[in-house]
Amino acid sequence: MRIRINGENREIPSAINLLHLLEKELKLEPLRVAVELNRLIVSREDYKKTIVNENDELEIVHFVGGG
Amino acid sequence: MNIINVKINEKNCQIANGKKLAEIIAEFKPDANLFIVNGFPQTPDYQIYEGDLIVLIKKGEVPSSDEMAALLAARQTPGVTEQLRQSVVGIAGVGGLGSNVAMSLARCGVGELILVDYDVVEPSNLNRQAYFVEQIGQPKVLAMRDILLKCNPYVKITVHLAVLSPPLVETIFNRADVVVEAFDVPETKAMLLNSMRKFLPNKPGVFASGLAGDGVASLITTRKVYHNIYLVGDSVSEAAPNIGLMAPRVTLAAGMQANAVLRILQGKDVVE
Repeated sequence: MRIRINGENREIPSAINLLHLLEKELKLEPLRVAVELNRLIVSREDYKKTIVNENDELEIVHFVGGG
Repeated sequence: MNIINVKINEKNCQIANGKKLAEIIAEFKPDANLFIVNGFPQTPDYQIYEGDLIVLIKKGEVPSSDEMAALLAARQTPGVTEQLRQSVVGIAGVGGLGSNVAMSLARCGVGELILVDYDVVEPSNLNRQAYFVEQIGQPKVLAMRDILLKCNPYVKITVHLAVLSPPLVETIFNRADVVVEAFDVPETKAMLLNSMRKFLPNKPGVFASGLAGDGVASLITTRKVYHNIYLVGDSVSEAAPNIGLMAPRVTLAAGMQANAVLRILQGKDVVE
């Protein structure tokens, strides 16, 4: 199915949760991101129970170290 | 005779219309040798207009306490200092980013800075952070307060010697107009963003990610990521073995964060 991540289309397997999307599809460390799903922030503790649906819009901010 | 209102070294004055700056200098400060009008140096033949903000400085002379604030702010864009004086900015972490953001905002005359950091100044900080060798061992928030007040004694500095946790994000930054994320560790950066979206959802925030090494400077940009949330950096340059953190890029990012804050506080768009 198709979703949008940071403004770009992306094909992902259907019926996956947000944690799986972050770790397995995007290879991102969940503790280093913030995620808005359809413009609403998703709490970290809800990543696993949040199912990503067709046409969802995700804005993912991923941080790298240094300051 | 036509009278106009001007400010001379912060005092409201009424003068006759049509005067040149040279006449003002002769009357108010004959020994001045630097003349700033509306934030810009002028020559004595400058024609004075209604509302002009005139600052007359004798180079090398320490101003009296009643003139100091005006003279420190003489090169600011007119009106900005008054606006910033009412503002409160929270700074999460006073390391490479935060110490330099704090320096910029204190020099601009932001009314109050709320500094949060648990750490002490140590030698490896000094290649990019605003501290001095003699401050090694001092808590950063206290060392920073000392430096900031030396640059601008009119800024209120509130310090929290603490590890920032999600509940503290709300209690400490609730009264801030803008929050600056200036941490080093990516998990802490993400914690602050998540906590702000949860507890302070409309609070403007200026974050940073991707400023390590000596990559091309112009790759560092400011972009809007969420409503009221901005991110400075190139998003990829991560501190890692063989990629250090160095003053040019770190202070560049800090300057861009401070400029974003300056624009937010004036109600200006942060990105084009």
